[in-house]
Amino acid sequence: MQQHFNDITILFPDTRLDIEKFKIQSATQLFSEDAVAFLNALSKEIIKDDLVRNFPDVATFAFFCRKANILQIKKKYENEDVIRLGRGIVFHVAPSNVPVNFAYSLLCGILAGNVNIVRVPSKDFEQVSIIVNAIKRISEKEEFKLVVEKIAFVKYNKNSSATTFFSSFCDVRVIWGGDETIAQIRKSTIPARSYDVTFADRYSICIINAEEYLLEKNPEKIAQGFYNDTYLFDQNACTAPHLVNWFGTKENVQKAKNIFWTELYKVVVQKYGSVQPVIAVDKLTALYNQAIKSDDTRQVKTADNLLWRVEIESLTINLVEYCCSSGYFLEYHANSLSELIPIITRKYQTIAYYGFDRYELNKFVLTEKLSGIDRIVPIGQTSNFSVIWDGFDMIKTLSRCCQII
Amino acid sequence: MELAEILDIQPYSLNKTEKERILNSFLMDLSRYHYEHCLPYRKMMDSINFDINRDYSYSELPFLPVRLFKMFELNSIPKEDIVKTMTSSGTSGQAVSRIFLDRDTSSSQTKALTKIVSSFIGSQRVPMIIIDSETIIKDRNLFSARGAGILGFSMFGSKRMYALNEKMELNTGELQAFLEKYKGDRIFIFGFTFMIYQHFYKELSKSGVKLDLSNAFLIHGGGWKKLMSEAVTSEVFKASLKEVCGINHIHDYYGMIEQTGAIYMECECGHLHAPIFSDVIIRRAHDFSIAGIGEKGIIQVLSVLPKSYPGHSLLTEDEGVLLGEDDCACGRLGKYFRIEGRLKNAEIRGCSDTYATTF
Repeated sequence: MQQHFNDITILFPDTRLDIEKFKIQSATQLFSEDAVAFLNALSKEIIKDDLVRNFPDVATFAFFCRKANILQIKKKYENEDVIRLGRGIVFHVAPSNVPVNFAYSLLCGILAGNVNIVRVPSKDFEQVSIIVNAIKRISEKEEFKLVVEKIAFVKYNKNSSATTFFSSFCDVRVIWGGDETIAQIRKSTIPARSYDVTFADRYSICIINAEEYLLEKNPEKIAQGFYNDTYLFDQNACTAPHLVNWFGTKENVQKAKNIFWTELYKVVVQKYGSVQPVIAVDKLTALYNQAIKSDDTRQVKTADNLLWRVEIESLTINLVEYCCSSGYFLEYHANSLSELIPIITRKYQTIAYYGFDRYELNKFVLTEKLSGIDRIVPIGQTSNFSVIWDGFDMIKTLSRCCQII
Repeated sequence: MELAEILDIQPYSLNKTEKERILNSFLMDLSRYHYEHCLPYRKMMDSINFDINRDYSYSELPFLPVRLFKMFELNSIPKEDIVKTMTSSGTSGQAVSRIFLDRDTSSSQTKALTKIVSSFIGSQRVPMIIIDSETIIKDRNLFSARGAGILGFSMFGSKRMYALNEKMELNTGELQAFLEKYKGDRIFIFGFTFMIYQHFYKELSKSGVKLDLSNAFLIHGGGWKKLMSEAVTSEVFKASLKEVCGINHIHDYYGMIEQTGAIYMECECGHLHAPIFSDVIIRRAHDFSIAGIGEKGIIQVLSVLPKSYPGHSLLTEDEGVLLGEDDCACGRLGKYFRIEGRLKNAEIRGCSDTYATTF
């Protein structure tokens, strides 16, 4: 590591990083056997750690790294008529408050054949330690030498000039964490041929067909899934729905709402913990802010501040301004999917759905030429990672094509 | 009951039942007034299906988060009736609260403050030392919380002197001359908690100059946030001041720009007291229900004074604990409580932006 950076902690490799040597590592092809084997070994190593029991997010990551899963993903990239190689050095700036995100970002970087510098959250998360320690342990095996040489984990706070340094020579910079972070990081320039992959602030919504929902035999399971979509990350992940759109007759929608929120509340009480005082004030402020700016805002009384519901009678383009966190939901009774079209700007990311068929949704996206929405997934799966994220195919985005004619 | 009649009541003379009887109807009427005169207030009440025609006790009245006064201009009077706009002292870049006063509200604020403070220091005007710089009140068009506080309390001074110059340095010489001139008189001292500690206590402590303020009465407010970080508690604060100037009477107060006038004074037992003009309700974050005695919660404040703006029932961003009602050893009736500090910033998960705070 260069002498003048004494405010960076190198989590891996060891405590020293010979950046000049690191920089001349070569990129490789996609889904190299070494990389797949490494991830599979990492998966097993993580599961061995007893601590994983407390962190379902780490367990999910480990499960994702299995050889079978990676090979399944690989298939989609096999029939291209160009050669793909890594771009070189990818500098990943992980978000500060989603512990495991850095690992998925790294995984994409490795599978796309790159050398990776990963800035992990400056806050101490046990999840980060579990994953980094597992990598440390398997890095001693000779067979993974080529893969682990291409990985560095760094940690520093926002005052460090490290961002400028790593930016100065990276081939791709991946910025998670939202608009403000992106603006900050972009103050550091990157080389002419390099580019940023940015994950900006996004909003997500939910659509539920009340008729279908009323036939559901296991509403607890749906509630559990919706809980994972929202409360698991305090409804603050860009994948978390804020607006729930109901479809169906008035009577059915009313019935469905009652069951849906009752079931959700049971899960919340069981799993969420307590309401932080400032969040209670935030929710009340959000409601009154919306009430002042609109004419059709109505709170639906709930048992307590864990879960807030606000009904609206029209969909307006500024609904994103009314979002809050940690269990604050807007609800709208829609007549048809097409009613959603005017509000779906490029700010919208995910639709969580229940009771719609894929064909219908496909048709909706294609015929309406939506400017937003990158993912449409069943309720419960909004935060499941996929190498296609936020509209980017991460494998393709982090690699280059070489054409031979 | 008319506001003027309420303002004539001795501030700590009514018990729970008598106070509730008066405030229930008065604050309900005030809610109806704002519902009629302030469209944003009406929209907020409608959004929670609040039935303005029913009679509610004041503990059932909706409360507005004080933050809303930073986001919106909320008032219940025509623009031309505004005689004063008060702003909170936010640091640069931060949004500030704007509170609009007409002549009536402004004057009832003064009356309430007079009633409360004179019940402590007597109604006689006395020589007054302000531990601040005069520059803070020079711009009369824009009343910051600090300026408004100083002006509000200034009416208790027969002669006034500002103890700090524009560089916030202590005028020790002038101070000594002032004390010499009014030797034997009771002196009233006012200032903000942090200013007093930083520019008065620390300065005297450093210079070794000893003042005799054993006959003085000090009132201070503005919060403990900055002093907490220096581990200065109320006890330390009092002991430190006594050491440098022998002062025996030191009283904190709790108040905010959004409810100027009906402040909560600290009694001889160290408890903050609600006067008849206002009240506190400690609420649980879980469901906004009313917390019991000794239980920490979010502080709601109610005041009979805000008529030009809908600020009669507010949810603060402070936490506090109710210590009791009508039974403080000091003899004052009404609720008495303690402040626990600001609400903590949320620790939330998720990938939305946290650059500014966390990174």
